[in-house]
Amino acid sequence: MTLLSTKGLSKSFDGLEAVSSVDFELPAGQIRALIGPNGAGKTTFVSLICGRLAPTSGTVTFDGYDITVLPAHERIQRGIAYTFQITSIFPGLSARENIALAARRFLKGAQVTEVVEATIDKVGLLGRADQTAGDLAYGHKRLLEIGMGLAQNPRLLILDEPTQGLSDGEIEAFKELIRDLADQATILLIEHNMKVVMATANKISVLDGGRMLAEGTPEEIQNNFAVQTAYLGRDDA
Amino acid sequence: MELGPYILLATLEGMITASVLALTAVGLSLVFGVMRVVNIAHGEFFMLGAVIAWCVAQMLGGHPAVGFAAALVIAPLLVGSLAIAADMTILKRLDYDPERTIVATIGLLYIIQQLTLMSFGPEARPVQPPFNTRIALPWFEMGADGFKLIWPWGLGTTTYKLFVIVAAAALLLAVRLMMTRTKIGLLMRATQADREMALAFGIPVERIYALVFGIGAGLAAMAAVLIVPIQQAHYLMGADPLLLSFIVVIIGGLGSLPGTVVAAILIGLSDGIISVFFSPTLAKILATLLVGLVLVFRPQGLFGIRSV
Amino acid sequence: MKVVGLHIGLLAVLFALQFVLPAYHHGNLARIMVLASYAIGYNILFGYTGLLSLGHALFFAAGMYGMGLGIQHFDLPAAPALIAGVVSAALVSGGLALLALRTTGVAFMIVTLMFAQAGYLTILYFGEWTRGDEGFVIAQSARMIAGIDLSDPTNRYFAALILFSICLVVCLWLIRSPFGKTLIAIRENEERVTMLGYSTFAHKLGAMVVSGTLSGTAGATYGLLFGYAGASFASVQYSIFPLLWVLLGGAGTVLGPFVGTLFMFYLIDLSSGITSAYMLIAGVVLVLLTLFAPQGLMGELRRRFWKGLP
Repeated sequence: MTLLSTKGLSKSFDGLEAVSSVDFELPAGQIRALIGPNGAGKTTFVSLICGRLAPTSGTVTFDGYDITVLPAHERIQRGIAYTFQITSIFPGLSARENIALAARRFLKGAQVTEVVEATIDKVGLLGRADQTAGDLAYGHKRLLEIGMGLAQNPRLLILDEPTQGLSDGEIEAFKELIRDLADQATILLIEHNMKVVMATANKISVLDGGRMLAEGTPEEIQNNFAVQTAYLGRDDA
Repeated sequence: MELGPYILLATLEGMITASVLALTAVGLSLVFGVMRVVNIAHGEFFMLGAVIAWCVAQMLGGHPAVGFAAALVIAPLLVGSLAIAADMTILKRLDYDPERTIVATIGLLYIIQQLTLMSFGPEARPVQPPFNTRIALPWFEMGADGFKLIWPWGLGTTTYKLFVIVAAAALLLAVRLMMTRTKIGLLMRATQADREMALAFGIPVERIYALVFGIGAGLAAMAAVLIVPIQQAHYLMGADPLLLSFIVVIIGGLGSLPGTVVAAILIGLSDGIISVFFSPTLAKILATLLVGLVLVFRPQGLFGIRSV
Repeated sequence: MKVVGLHIGLLAVLFALQFVLPAYHHGNLARIMVLASYAIGYNILFGYTGLLSLGHALFFAAGMYGMGLGIQHFDLPAAPALIAGVVSAALVSGGLALLALRTTGVAFMIVTLMFAQAGYLTILYFGEWTRGDEGFVIAQSARMIAGIDLSDPTNRYFAALILFSICLVVCLWLIRSPFGKTLIAIRENEERVTMLGYSTFAHKLGAMVVSGTLSGTAGATYGLLFGYAGASFASVQYSIFPLLWVLLGGAGTVLGPFVGTLFMFYLIDLSSGITSAYMLIAGVVLVLLTLFAPQGLMGELRRRFWKGLP
């Protein structure tokens, strides 16, 4: 079953096309990696999906409904969660409250506490839950960001460069986390770290210059000549 | 008087309002455009200009023209320096944060206004115009033998009022030349377009900011010196120019100088003519509502001119 | 527990004070409690939601005139008139919110300023009804609720204390509710709140209506307790006052509005004995606060000594 699809999705800024006519399909239960050189339009593309940006043309369909005109918060309510590339947390609140805000949208009372404690445990922030989020180390802020995504119990989790700035140990734990999640949620993962991509993704989509360049299994993509030129030609992998 | 001559008179009075308003509003617009600072104390800089004009006239004595000419130089300089001092001691330390600077300029408004009340007093004080010859204006009438010119009683103006319009126009032209033709204007425009980039290119952004704040206040002070022989100086006189400047700057498009001037003429003229038909309070209600609604529905201003 | 104790303690002290204070300060404190209620209302929007309004006098006046005009022109008894004031403040704040919340930041400040100014001018324009700047006195006979004469100093003090307690409790309850916690999150990072699936518009609308209604309730009560309604309560100055009080006491703290109002009231009270230019003090305090203590008194207290202070 297809959970998410886009048809002819385009976005231009002042005449410059950042995403052009992308057709994309994501079946439920898959872990899909979205890769591509810097400036390929990856973040713009997922922003169109989760509603942070309005498309110039094209449609987004989620779970059988056309959500193109819905505002961002209504898309999230339908089960899309987005974690930001540039950490976007509530710096003045405790780490626990950050996660609680994510859970409280659809839960009440004791259920919130339950989900919050479980999430804190999952992302490895035990013992730091009462610290002010703004005072956390960079890596812990990234984990908090991911935790806010998880706590929403989403059907589609969009992770925008989640491992950026994490230590090797934290990256290992992150891979574990993603594999655990696979039976609960569909995951769309923007990632630069090819080791993470190869270890987690079932399928990979390559975006270059705003266009979908290739799609395939990790092995297929690794052997794809066009993908190699896109990366090597720009000296940016 | 018939309606025709009355409207001619209202248009003339409107032109005076418009020219002084344009000068004041361009100061506000410049500060907002370059610094992104909404200066609530702008009206008080205007008021200070008028009060200083009165003081200078008192001190120098002699022919009114002497005091007036001196005030035209001294008031903007003094007020501009005061503004620069305020910029360096207050606004700079707030890092030009938009919301905190608004709160700080509200404080500045009360400080300037109340200090003036304590020193200058609560009375309205007149300033003599440097020259003031009456000019009667003609009107035409359809008589039995065709058109003829008549000189209706009460239809007239003074040389000083005409001078205000000409002087304001000249000053506005000077501002425009400064912005487009001089190096300092170029630096200001560069800072306005992209602050980070300007910093990267080694433009002394902080000094530009101080200068812009000073020029903005100086323009308001100059406008006040021009109008004070017609209006009298009073410590509460800053409120109306502030409100009207806001209206003009917002309708003209925030930070756009040509838009600001066009809007000033529009508002100045309509202010004169509307008050023929409506009460001034109703005119002000409509004007404030207009500003609010323009900001809500057309934040780029009615004319949609975005930049200088 | 400590938190609840602190607030109940303050209310108990305020209750006890009326038996010991001399008449002059007794009257002042009643006035301060009503104005602090106004500040608590303002703080919900400014301190907790992060929206700086320059037009709250509109809500204060909507409450005051909703009540006052009801008594003056429709011969309403005091209790229904008070309700009329509260309802009109709720309606006015809801209406303004629908317009102003389409803007953000500086534009929001100017829009609220302009609409409040239009409201003030409207009161002047309909001078036949409102008596404009001069205002009108609300007769003692109209200031009775359930046989209690609100013009009597002791009753007045009680009424002010009841209003203040209600506002304090509403504020405490609100910021501990999920709704209030979402408002705080909006103040911290609005985009993130949207991306967690909350409608920030609906939340801000709610915050503005609660804030405006509390402010209006304070306005209506003020008119009823002190027997006067005038246009000056709708002027810009009365929009600046709650900002000043909240900034001084500490934005985003429950007790800050009261502390700020208390300090500022006596500061102006003392200086007005020396000079007629007492607003100078307000200006100086505003500038100094923005420069050196943007957190305010209670905010500093929280930062240095008691992190859990609400």
